[in-house]
Amino acid sequence: MKNKILLVDDEYEFVQTLAQRLKLRNYDVNIALSGEECLEIFSGQNFDLVVLDLMMPGMSGLEVLAGLKRAKQSIPVILLTGHGSTKEGMEGMKLGAADYLMKPLDINQLTDKMEEILK
Amino acid sequence: MKKTFMNNLFYFFKTPPEHIRRPMRYVRMRRSIAFLFMVITIVPLTIMAGINYHQYRESLKKEIKAPLHNILNDIRYAFEIFIEERLSTIRFISNAYSDHELKDPDIIKKIFRALRHEFSGFVDLGMIDQNGILQSYAGPYNLLGKDYSQQDSFREVKVRGTYISDVFMGYRKFPHIVCVVERVTDEGKSWFLRATIDTKKYEELVNSVNLGPESDAFLLNKEKILQTASRYYGNVMEKTTLDIPDAIHGTFIKEIKDNTGKIVLAGFTSVHSDYIFVLVKPKSLILKSWYSLKSEMFFILGVSIIIIVIASIRLSNLVTNRIKTADERRETALKELQHTQKLSSIGRLAAGVAHEINNPLAIINEKAGLMNDIISFSKDFELKDEFLKHNQSIINSVSRCRSITHRLLGFARRFDINFEKLDVNSIVKEVLGFLEKEASYRQIDLVLSLNHEIPEVFSDKGQVQQVFLNLLTNAMAAVENGGKIEITSYYIADQKMVGIDFKDNGYGMSEEVKKHIFDPFFTTKRGQGTGLGLSITYGIVKKLKGKINFESKENIGTTFTILLPEEETYESMSEEE
Repeated sequence: MKNKILLVDDEYEFVQTLAQRLKLRNYDVNIALSGEECLEIFSGQNFDLVVLDLMMPGMSGLEVLAGLKRAKQSIPVILLTGHGSTKEGMEGMKLGAADYLMKPLDINQLTDKMEEILK
Repeated sequence: MKKTFMNNLFYFFKTPPEHIRRPMRYVRMRRSIAFLFMVITIVPLTIMAGINYHQYRESLKKEIKAPLHNILNDIRYAFEIFIEERLSTIRFISNAYSDHELKDPDIIKKIFRALRHEFSGFVDLGMIDQNGILQSYAGPYNLLGKDYSQQDSFREVKVRGTYISDVFMGYRKFPHIVCVVERVTDEGKSWFLRATIDTKKYEELVNSVNLGPESDAFLLNKEKILQTASRYYGNVMEKTTLDIPDAIHGTFIKEIKDNTGKIVLAGFTSVHSDYIFVLVKPKSLILKSWYSLKSEMFFILGVSIIIIVIASIRLSNLVTNRIKTADERRETALKELQHTQKLSSIGRLAAGVAHEINNPLAIINEKAGLMNDIISFSKDFELKDEFLKHNQSIINSVSRCRSITHRLLGFARRFDINFEKLDVNSIVKEVLGFLEKEASYRQIDLVLSLNHEIPEVFSDKGQVQQVFLNLLTNAMAAVENGGKIEITSYYIADQKMVGIDFKDNGYGMSEEVKKHIFDPFFTTKRGQGTGLGLSITYGIVKKLKGKINFESKENIGTTFTILLPEEETYESMSEEE
């Protein structure tokens, strides 16, 4: 059975391409283009994992993370950050994120992390 | 030290040449402070000294004049008493005896004997009739019958009733005076009693004045002819060489110049309106104590003024230097602040750019990745490997760009302090990433001996990076091509600190340079360095509660040691509040 993933990023080109690549790697991928959309989609369906960008217009990544955790405490979330520093990633970890990765991504690194978490 | 002071003194008055000139502002400030200080001290001091000088001179003059006055008056009284005594004696004889009795040689001789017995100085006694013929005589000479009618004394006594002659030399060549008194008989005939008195008594009286050396005392008549011997101002019976004022009444003291040009203090007193007694003391002698006092006073004043001048110049230098140092410090702080602000705005700009670039980079990365995936998952075709190879190089380039943007973002973060747990070894490696290119160009041997057992430090990553970067940049600048830089990390358990040594085999530092390396704007890289690197480094290390030390030997190399605290210290907490 395919793992159900929700990808959240405001950059359509990025999120769409990444989704396609993950589909090629046998994941069931949904996408959301904002924090609000993410929470809406998440409430309607059952996901195994969320990959969430921290820098988005509107709701910030950390707010979305808090919302996700409120909706489902056990949901694993991998954060994406564009910053050179690990500061925000560390903050996300404190809020219950499973891990964080820096953009641009190495696809193998992402899938390794996902496999580790979903195991 | 002495030379510096002399230089200071010299350039205090003269504008220094270009190469040692301080900004004109400070030269002027220095001058006005010193001038003001001198004015407010020297002016009152000089006025005080002047008043003192004047008052002391006045009181000293009074003190000197008073005893002179007393001596003059005493002598005058002595003379007057002497003359008056003799005159009244002669008057008494002329009253007590009639002309007939006195004509008797026995009687006159008896009287003369008694006279000589009672009073000193009488030489002879004679009685003269109205025609000026000596009628009787008692004394050593045979003058009987001598005609005095043509003499001045005879004419004057007829007018005034008494006559006292000037001193003159008699037959025996000793100075004497003549006193004559007139008597008028009941029949209206005049007769005269004449006595000769030697003036040894005058000399005695004059000599009774206790004269000091270089002083003089003598008696003059109205014509200023010396009546007694003088030490310096002429012989007896001659006109004195001292310039005597005309018309002398009573006693007074005057400063005059004598014939040798010496300033003397001369006292005059008129005796019996016939004589003038003169007392002369050289002023220099009298005022000797005054002169010594005066010179002492001038000496003290001079020394005080010199001290004040020196003190003023020193003080003004001190104050000006303090102000200058404060100004410079402020300027330095301002420059440092500007520099930091410049760096931080560059940092913000870099962060902005890095951020903007990061998103398209992520897209390129994913697109290239997708292309890779598609090609990989599709069946083999003619140029599949070629495609994969080119695509991979896109992905690699993106990865390079990623490391640049991350570095830029890291640089931007350097300006706020965020204490966190850090692995020093990995920071060293990161920083070396910036310098590896240059090191490999210049064939510099970078030797890392990092102890991986060391604990994490509690510090700010950006700041630590900057410190390491500064020290490594300096080390790179210090070594020749092909040089060696060693980086060692270790843990000092008892201080709970992690140490990192940066050791180079460069040209090292001289003792003079060592003193200034942490001073802002001190640089040995003429025209290339800002001189801020080590001062900023020093500031950062202090801010991070760490320690910075160094050892250096010329032509051997330099080792910088940074110690960073393992744990959050109390101070760092309180400072953050």
